[in-house]
Amino acid sequence: HVDTAEVNPSHSNMSAPPHPQPPAKGASHAAGDFSYVGIDAILEQMRRKAMKQGFELNIMIVGQSGLGKSTLMNTLFKSKVSRKSVVSTPEERIPKTIEIKSISHDIEEKGVRMKLTVIDTPGFGDHINNENCWQPIMKFINDQYEQYLQEEINIDRKKRIPDSRVHCCMYFIPPTGHCLRPLDVEFMSRLSKVVNIVPVIAKADTLTLEERDFFKQTIREELRANGIDVYPQKEFDEDSDDRMINDKIREMIPFAVVGSNQEYQVNGKRLLGRKTKWGTIEVENIAHCEFAHLRDLLIRTHMQNIKDITSSIHYEVYRVRRLNETNGQPNAQPPNTLDSNIKYIMIHT
Amino acid sequence: LLKCDGEGARAVPLAGHVGFDSMPDQLVNKSVNHGFCFNILCVGETGLGKSTLMDTLFNTKFEGEPTQHNQPGVQLKSNTYELQESNVRLKLTVVNTVGFGDQINKEDSYKSIVEFIDTQFEAYLQEELKIKRTLHSYHDTRIHACLYFIAPTGHSLKSLDLVTMKKLDSKVNIIPIIAKSDAISKSELTKFKIKITSELVSNGVQIYQFPTDDETVAEINSTMNGHLPFAVVGSTEEVKIGNKMVKARQYPWGTVQVENENHCDFVKLREMLIRVNMEDLREQTHTRHYELYRRCKLEEMGFKDTDPDCKPFSLQETYEAKRNEFMGDLQKKEEEMRQMFVQRVKEKEAELKEAEKELHEKFDRLKKLHQDEKKKLEDKKKSLDDELNGFKQKKTAAELLQSQAQQAGGSTTLKRDKERKK
Repeated sequence: HVDTAEVNPSHSNMSAPPHPQPPAKGASHAAGDFSYVGIDAILEQMRRKAMKQGFELNIMIVGQSGLGKSTLMNTLFKSKVSRKSVVSTPEERIPKTIEIKSISHDIEEKGVRMKLTVIDTPGFGDHINNENCWQPIMKFINDQYEQYLQEEINIDRKKRIPDSRVHCCMYFIPPTGHCLRPLDVEFMSRLSKVVNIVPVIAKADTLTLEERDFFKQTIREELRANGIDVYPQKEFDEDSDDRMINDKIREMIPFAVVGSNQEYQVNGKRLLGRKTKWGTIEVENIAHCEFAHLRDLLIRTHMQNIKDITSSIHYEVYRVRRLNETNGQPNAQPPNTLDSNIKYIMIHT
Repeated sequence: LLKCDGEGARAVPLAGHVGFDSMPDQLVNKSVNHGFCFNILCVGETGLGKSTLMDTLFNTKFEGEPTQHNQPGVQLKSNTYELQESNVRLKLTVVNTVGFGDQINKEDSYKSIVEFIDTQFEAYLQEELKIKRTLHSYHDTRIHACLYFIAPTGHSLKSLDLVTMKKLDSKVNIIPIIAKSDAISKSELTKFKIKITSELVSNGVQIYQFPTDDETVAEINSTMNGHLPFAVVGSTEEVKIGNKMVKARQYPWGTVQVENENHCDFVKLREMLIRVNMEDLREQTHTRHYELYRRCKLEEMGFKDTDPDCKPFSLQETYEAKRNEFMGDLQKKEEEMRQMFVQRVKEKEAELKEAEKELHEKFDRLKKLHQDEKKKLEDKKKSLDDELNGFKQKKTAAELLQSQAQQAGGSTTLKRDKERKK
């Protein structure tokens, strides 16, 4: 076998550093065969393209006021990406109707640029009568799907359709320690059908570890009992590897989190935390709370997957429903009538 | 519509490591799991070494027999192969033009090529327009790169080449290459390349330009752009040069080494086509050539983005309008068919009635015949009966006479008379 350090005349200085050289399938195995085609260079090409284009992420945060939603966002992204509602008087604090507030920021890390949009929902769950409080949120999510669909079906359409679809909806559960409230069940039950829901137990520093585990177990059972599929949804696992990884996550959700923007000195290190008289809670310490797990799931490992599920499943479901609607008759129409029409038109044009 | 356009997103600095720098890796991993698709179309006359070049490029022996030269028209033969290099799985489709340039009349040669390319676009468009679609697992057959093989005449492009490339340049990324370039000397080659390039420019043929917007590859791509068309030599035979086995073509006067950049541009082609710009070729196909096809097709079908009052049409409204038109046509056709059916029934009915009438007439005739016959027979019978009766009467009368004669005593005479009569 030829030493690859010897300059291979086919090796130009532009290609990626030498890889171990398994021959392409079907290649002859003559002695001294060291031909490297370079198909795997496409990975580098894709990476280059992705770096150039940048990424988009749209996260919605839903929960009663005072649950630390903004703080958590700022902790996750280590910057002020979400503004806490400015509290002046109690009357002004709670909006009369649920507002949907979208704020975008451009952030960059090691050359990777991302447009992060945080969608806040002040007023959710804060009223005395919270009936139908999911409606404006549902409408917003569907409106983003609609906007994407409209652009997609244009004749003259943009090279890259701007993606404002909500990739992930973080639902904040108050740390009661008992069980889900009817509002929680109602909201998650409806919204899990149109968006990826990531439930979190907010302000978890008021729960002991035992209380926390009991609470999580109760929540998981209640979710199961109500048929609520939160992210990562079992039915979207791609293969057995996926299932294995996701099963582990499913056993841990909802993550019990604590957020903080302040750093304290702990054992000679400066760490994000919350200082109390009885000790300092370290946000990124998994013995204290599950913030790191949430961050890893959301950002470091499953971000692409969350976006893929949004675009290839939730959006497609919306699209199917929307295109079937225009037939004038609701579900009575057999599926794919419209495309057989198109086929007819295309054949006969 | 509650729009969220996020215009005017502010840049904010990060106070620590967040971790989204892993996004390119996440994206790449997803693509690795899915596998990649790459489709190359080889256009050129029979015998220019298209198959050999593919074998050499991908370091594998692809398909079978070299084609005959007596094809009646240009056909496109497509083959798909699964290749793998480290963890990258590639579904490579190689499409060959069979019989290109062999006919006496080559006016329609380009047509089957254009049709083939359009068919792939059409298939994708159909999938995209479906209600229930599976775009992410769709096997993309659209042609990402068209290698145009120029015969090594050393003079200029053939008119067939110009016509064909002109028809293809708005549909596919064209990379022109000079085939079997070991037939041309170095000095002739330089002149040949210049001639070809100027002919392409003066005829307005848009060939694929290696992209120079990304600074990482801008330099090499722009250098390579200047070397087009690539003069290539293909070979899967190996020859020992020094102490190595290299791909080469051995002649009595010397050996042409495929991967020697002094001998030919094969390495440049491989570098550009596969190692540097494969992804860009795929992207250009999707965002430029396919979009153009889609736009034209939809406009042809009567879809518009805005109506005469400049209000945006939704595709749904146009779907609805088309659908009504379709239903209208369907109804009309149905009515026509119904009319035709009724007409046919009437005609058949008339035919049957006619036949029935004939049958009746026949029956009547036969009946009459039969009656006549019967009458005849009866008449005959009657006359025979009359005869018989007459005879009987005569017999009775004769017997009576005889008995009377016997009684009168002259019995012997009567006997004799009787015997005479017997």
